[in-house]
Amino acid sequence: MTALAWTIPIALFLGGLGLAGFLWSLKTGQYDDLDGASWRALDDEPPG
Amino acid sequence: MAETLSATTLRDISGDASPGDTHALTLVVEGMHCGNCMRKVERTLAAMPGVVAARVNLSNGRAHITTAPAGADREALIEALRGVGFKAYELAESTAPAHGAYDAAYLRRLGVAGFAASNIMLMSVAVWAGIASDMDASLKTLFHWLSAMVAVPAVAYAGQPFFQSAARALRARQLNMDVPISLGVLLATGMSLYQTTRGSDQVYFDAAVTLLFFLLIGRYLDMAMRSRASSAAQNLLGLRATAATVLLPDGTTQRLPTRDVIPGMRILVAAGERIPVDARVQHGTADVDESLITGESRPRQVGPGDVVYSGTISVTGMLETEAIAREENTLLADISRLMGAAEQARGRYVRLADRAARLYAPAVHLLGLGTFLGWMLLGYGWEPALTAAVAVLIITCPCALALAVPAVQVVASGRLFRNGIILKAADGLERMSEVDTIMLDKTGTLTLGEPRLVDGGRIDDRRLARAASLAAASRHPYSRAIVAAAKARGIPCVAAQGVEEIAGAGLRHVDAEGETRLGSARFCAMDEDAGESGSTLWLRTPDGRATPFHFTDPLRADAAEVVKRLSDAGFHIEMLSGDGRAAVAEAAQAVGIAHWQAGLKPGDKIARIDQLKGEGRKVLMVGDGLNDAPALAAGHASLSPASAADISQTAADAVFQGERLAPIVESLLVAHGAQRRALENFGIAIGYNFIFVPLAVIGLATPLIAAIAMSASSIAVTANALRLSRQRLGRVSGRLS
Repeated sequence: MTALAWTIPIALFLGGLGLAGFLWSLKTGQYDDLDGASWRALDDEPPG
Repeated sequence: MAETLSATTLRDISGDASPGDTHALTLVVEGMHCGNCMRKVERTLAAMPGVVAARVNLSNGRAHITTAPAGADREALIEALRGVGFKAYELAESTAPAHGAYDAAYLRRLGVAGFAASNIMLMSVAVWAGIASDMDASLKTLFHWLSAMVAVPAVAYAGQPFFQSAARALRARQLNMDVPISLGVLLATGMSLYQTTRGSDQVYFDAAVTLLFFLLIGRYLDMAMRSRASSAAQNLLGLRATAATVLLPDGTTQRLPTRDVIPGMRILVAAGERIPVDARVQHGTADVDESLITGESRPRQVGPGDVVYSGTISVTGMLETEAIAREENTLLADISRLMGAAEQARGRYVRLADRAARLYAPAVHLLGLGTFLGWMLLGYGWEPALTAAVAVLIITCPCALALAVPAVQVVASGRLFRNGIILKAADGLERMSEVDTIMLDKTGTLTLGEPRLVDGGRIDDRRLARAASLAAASRHPYSRAIVAAAKARGIPCVAAQGVEEIAGAGLRHVDAEGETRLGSARFCAMDEDAGESGSTLWLRTPDGRATPFHFTDPLRADAAEVVKRLSDAGFHIEMLSGDGRAAVAEAAQAVGIAHWQAGLKPGDKIARIDQLKGEGRKVLMVGDGLNDAPALAAGHASLSPASAADISQTAADAVFQGERLAPIVESLLVAHGAQRRALENFGIAIGYNFIFVPLAVIGLATPLIAAIAMSASSIAVTANALRLSRQRLGRVSGRLS
């Protein structure tokens, strides 16, 4: 049962990482234009 | 690196840069479809003086522009975009950018609730498995404590929209669905915390957080639907003439915002410009496109003394006019007001979900209270009584009920979108499903609303090419029809140099061979009886030969078929038109509509709709002209083609694209299908209550049962909604037969 002592924190940490990633992507406006983003990915030139 | 760059750009444009440095400006850009369009628009804008950065949002069809402190010339930006083929206009000022921020806040809460729900479920599953096998009480308690550590902050954060809404309702001494939800979630969390300290098994953290998660999904879908509808409506509002060219007494001109124009000012209107306010012509003649007001596609010829209306477009010729009304007193503004009044009446419509909630919320409270009192009376003490009451609240606030309607709406609007129908009002489908009477406008709705060359095959290619080379220089609808006919036959269309347009007469071009004219019978010196000349142009070449070009506004190809399908399905169909009797009677005959009225003004159309309402009918209004806008708002539901006047598109519940009328049938089919799915979903949600509420009342709803019941019903409801996406829909069942 000592395995739980580190697996649970790891599980929570990884979940938290996912949450942080989601909040970051939301904050930087990556969901604002879903249609446009799919086209921008094809653009060779750097954004700017 | 690329990612940091784009993130910075995004932040700059969303307005985080200090306001003193730059200004933000948003343009609505029509006709962007792909990456190339985006790049073209962005590059064009970025190359303009004063523009620091430009970023296009393809999803809502807008370009966000950051300009230098001095600002950029908006008209120049719009003109530059027109040059590369995009119609653009400034977003109406009253826009509230709050929607985006609101959506993002919901998504954040959704993310937090999702994280909490999945992690708590992880531990709950271990505990449930432990009940079957062996698990120490101390380990179980540890898992409960861990769950509590995740659940309490998550509930406090993610549940706020519900708590706030419930608090507002209670302050107003009312009940809404958020009251039992808040009560259920708070009591479940509080009870579970208490039970955890005592090392008991009755712990409902997973249920409380999962409930919040599912409810937030439902709310988010509902809100995304509404904000998409309102942003579409907002885009349409910007298209009024926003500036007028005023001729000052000293002979110079000045651009003034339309709202600053006062009666008596002299206003210049160039060919192709929208007339800013109602005005009387003083000098010049022009053909004025009044389709916005009358729905009639053929331009009216105006000269000194005639009155021209705000929002109409001078297609040919320059006019010098005197303003006779302020912006807020124009015919356009009157129609807007008429529409606003009609819309208010519709605002009182109560949605199915709200009607259900009104009955449901008090029932849930009584049931919870009854359970608590029942257990108390039976002498079990407050603790088991409260646990049972909480279980009842959790089970009776199914996410299934919250998801029932939004899930169906999202699937239905997706299906409509694939068929070229853009749903604008969130409750439009629901109202459309109740319709039993369909009212159609003629010009622009049953017909295409733009003239087409009739019998073009009669004209040989060289004559058509010659006519097209002149016509290419003009914006007149007949000229466009000639160019379109030439293009359709594969004739290259090169505009001749130096074509002169004579307002109200025609086009003239002189080359080495002599003079070529394209225009009215009189202009081409033809003897033609005046009655027919209105829809006929003549081409006279230097060799003296003359060819007539006849035009008509054709019916949409499937108009008769659609009318037949609808009347077979039991709908009562009427045609209301502002056109003359003869034209309306002919069109009614051609498509097979028995009931029709001609020569109606906007107010008459509303009167007819009100009369039908009085007879207990629910009217679907289909129309396009500005004169239909008030009727569109007054109808129980409304549709308009994408070619419609902007204000009509704003008033309509949905806008359909293309040259066919079939979208009317498709909209009705989807509306009926959606309504059926929504009712089935309510059935599922309530059926599940019948099974699980008794269990909860007698105290058998363990946390495991609550969790399974909740997820199962949510999945069932969502799956049922998804059926709408691909399913073949049968005949529309009208209520009249």
